[in-house]
Amino acid sequence: MAMTLRDIINKLLRRQPSSASTARERLQLVLAHDRSDLSTELLDQMRREILDVVAKYVEIDVDEGAVSLETEDRMTALVANLPIKRTMTGQIKLKEPKNQSEGSSQEDEVTDQNS
Amino acid sequence: MATDTRVILICSGKGGVGKTTLTANLGISLARQGLTTAVLDADFGLRNLDLLLGLENRIVYTAQEVLEEECRLDQALVKHKQESNLSLLPAGNPRMLDWLKPDDMKRIVDMLKEQFNYVLIDCPAGVEDGFKNAMAASQEAIVVTNPEVSAVRDADRVIGLLNTNAIKPVQLVLNRVRPKMMANQEMLSIDDVTDILALPLLGLVLEDEQVIVSTNRGEPLTLNSVNSPAAKCYLNIAKRLQGEDIPLIDPVEESSGFGAKFRKLMQTKIF
Repeated sequence: MAMTLRDIINKLLRRQPSSASTARERLQLVLAHDRSDLSTELLDQMRREILDVVAKYVEIDVDEGAVSLETEDRMTALVANLPIKRTMTGQIKLKEPKNQSEGSSQEDEVTDQNS
Repeated sequence: MATDTRVILICSGKGGVGKTTLTANLGISLARQGLTTAVLDADFGLRNLDLLLGLENRIVYTAQEVLEEECRLDQALVKHKQESNLSLLPAGNPRMLDWLKPDDMKRIVDMLKEQFNYVLIDCPAGVEDGFKNAMAASQEAIVVTNPEVSAVRDADRVIGLLNTNAIKPVQLVLNRVRPKMMANQEMLSIDDVTDILALPLLGLVLEDEQVIVSTNRGEPLTLNSVNSPAAKCYLNIAKRLQGEDIPLIDPVEESSGFGAKFRKLMQTKIF
């Protein structure tokens, strides 16, 4: 999301953001929905179904999971950010043996390095 | 017969953003460059182009009589008093909307193409039949919008429809720009609007009180007040349409000498 120097100063001083940046953010959100022609209910239903499918394979933090529409250059993308819970060893923990989960929530982009 | 006629739809989605004013001023500016230009009022419901051009008392026939073959095209065309290269084809009766089809608009435009270099179609607001009829007869489009959330949102709808109907090029005119508000980031910036709509900017038009004065008189600014801020903008847009490379003015620098550099710095995009 674009930020100007003024936006950053406003943030540091805990001032209200400039109305132009509020307008920009509100527009980007509303246009993503306009362009996709998806209602909020449909999007929510899709979100739940996507979470269900992903949950079959990995344990995810359902409360933290976010599926949203983002738009740039007239292209709208479905962006899912689903934090995957991990075990102590750092391996992605499959859902089946459903016991201890000391999983620290991590972003799903993080690659597994110490397995 | 002009074979390379450009047929340009001037549209916006939202009403009141300045389509008709742009059509009138572009028409005058192009005519002044020696290009034969027809402006077609496709807003049959709420026509106003005749009023802005000061031609409302000279209308005898309209597009309706031309389509019903009650008169010839040249009988319906109203030639501008001062700018003889410019002609208006007035909108017919609002009842025409009951039967008008995209093919009817195509027929009218095909007739106009035979004698003009430019055909500018002043599109009605909205995205319904009136818009679709006007779009059917167009090759390219200018989308007019204001730096304001509702106007930008509606413009986006229209751009989506233009894209799916293979109208191109589609260019943007950002109207009613207030440099001071933009400099203080209390108005969407030029970059904000062009980034969001992803269209090339044909030009911007500064907010100018003279626009109201000119509509009061029925004399477009580009006719008699060529030094007003908005008139300069319209003239630049007409030149860019003709392929001239005219640099865009920077509204933030335009706002005031003192403090302009500082405001510019505050607009720096960090990430």
